Amino acid sequence: MDWQALWLSIKLSAFTVLFLIPLAILVGRGLAYYQFRGKSWLEAIILVPLVLPPTVIGYYLLVGLGNQSVIGQYVEQIFGQQLVFHFSGLVIASVLVNVPFAVQPIQRAYEMVPIDIRDAAACCGMSRLRIFLKVELPMVWPGVLTALVLCFSHVLGEFGVVLMLGGNIAGETKTISIAIYDSVQAFDFDSASMMSLVLLLFAVSALALTTSMSRRLGGHNGHSQR
Amino acid sequence: MVTRSDDLICHISQHAPIPLEAHFTCRAGEVLAVVGPSGGGKTTLLRMIAGLTLPKQGQIQCGDVLWFDSKHSVSLTPQQRHIGYMPQHFGLFPHLSALENVIAGLDHVPKAQRRQRALDWLERVNLQGLPDRLPAQLSGGQRQRVALARALAREPAILLLDEPFSAVDRETRERLYIELARLKQQLSIPVIMVTHDIHEALLLADKMMLISQGQMLQHGRPFEVLSHPHDEAVARQMGLRNIFDGKVVDQDIERNMTWFTLGEELIVSDSAPPLAIGQAIRWVIPNQGIRFNAISSGRLCKSLNKLDVLIESVLVMGESSRVIASVIGIGSVINADVPTHLVDKLGLQAKMQTTIALKSEQIHILNVPLPN
Repeated sequence: MDWQALWLSIKLSAFTVLFLIPLAILVGRGLAYYQFRGKSWLEAIILVPLVLPPTVIGYYLLVGLGNQSVIGQYVEQIFGQQLVFHFSGLVIASVLVNVPFAVQPIQRAYEMVPIDIRDAAACCGMSRLRIFLKVELPMVWPGVLTALVLCFSHVLGEFGVVLMLGGNIAGETKTISIAIYDSVQAFDFDSASMMSLVLLLFAVSALALTTSMSRRLGGHNGHSQR
Repeated sequence: MVTRSDDLICHISQHAPIPLEAHFTCRAGEVLAVVGPSGGGKTTLLRMIAGLTLPKQGQIQCGDVLWFDSKHSVSLTPQQRHIGYMPQHFGLFPHLSALENVIAGLDHVPKAQRRQRALDWLERVNLQGLPDRLPAQLSGGQRQRVALARALAREPAILLLDEPFSAVDRETRERLYIELARLKQQLSIPVIMVTHDIHEALLLADKMMLISQGQMLQHGRPFEVLSHPHDEAVARQMGLRNIFDGKVVDQDIERNMTWFTLGEELIVSDSAPPLAIGQAIRWVIPNQGIRFNAISSGRLCKSLNKLDVLIESVLVMGESSRVIASVIGIGSVINADVPTHLVDKLGLQAKMQTTIALKSEQIHILNVPLPN
């Protein structure tokens, strides 16, 4: 069991959701509430990581963020550190790859908030921030929770993009999925099966928790019958 | 018109995305019912007054405060307008209790007083004992009252009600009519109520405004609109079905009598405007202007505008029955809602011939241009 790889994966998942969830709330809310030109295109772009092979995404990120690219050179100039083959690059890649997993549930949750409730909140004199904190967030919370758990689990098991962009540097870019791959390559099936079991148990528990929480919160929000 | 300091003056004009043309004043203490079919622009109008949607052009003023003016780029937010708004499905926050919902509308009150003030409002709408219930644990009528308490707790400059009775059962609705009628006497702010139910407007409103396809058809006192619809569109919206063609035969301005034809029959009206002899008209008679009687009773012998009719069908609809009859020799169809007990008493039934009388004072001429 590669504890260092497991810890790195958990760290990567945590950083990803930390950056991604607030962004997804902003985008999901905007997509649910506003009609604008190019909305269908934006929605399609958000969904692209779902259908594109991870290696393709990884390749484009490697090219786009590498030290030959404008972004890569700029970041290296400022921070003295390149993005590829580094943890920070993995965070950026994970955020981009997981955008659909975060935006979709939150967008759907916002679409479920009746316009009557938003109107009533504004007419009650609540500021936009207060409407967000006191009315919207408690109502879209099941969607936010689903997005959070989905992204966390997905990043934990991410393989293709991580390998393409980060390689396999222990303590820096070697996540648990890559460690499993390494173990199999080295015929260390005991270690591989232990790590796989950890990921499997985590995935099942996380999804069960999400379902249960969503149901409970949905009921609390008055979506279920008495 | 002289306006008072708390009146709402509204001028809205736009062609897209939803066409809407509305110009009216709603006085403080007055209930204005905005009536019209679904999709006619009623809710859009209410949302524009609330500041939730912005009109393309126009001016909205409440009291001395200008809420919206397209010419001078003035546009107050819903929060700044200080309104009480009750959306069609009440808009209660599902995760907050009844009490917390009312407290949400009390931003203008010091924090320490909010709870007691909210409890007082719940008591005023007869919801004492239920402050901790979530909206999902309340009946439709109770939810409606929480929403009303929340809207009023804000001590608004204007109260906006969007189809306030559409989501409750009939029994609750009847009870809420009485409560709103009682509340109306205590309010000294303009109240605008959107409804598609003429009956509700006649029952509760001081003024009504008919709106269809974004156009204001008529504005006035409900019974005036009912008895004097401007044109056929208004008459049809008011549920008037007896609309006929006629030709003016004679007019005596001094006696205020006008004779015109219905097929071969001569009809007299004593409320017609000046008309030209020979002029083609459309006229309407409301339900209450039709006297249905049996020939045998002989009660219509002194009435004007007697017509022999053949009853085609009698549809019993609870306490009222719809009698459909055709005028013998002409074929024009008369629809009349007659109390069922009267139908039984007079023995009205299909295939029966009888006589009806049209009250001359109830006959109204539609959309008539003045003679040159």
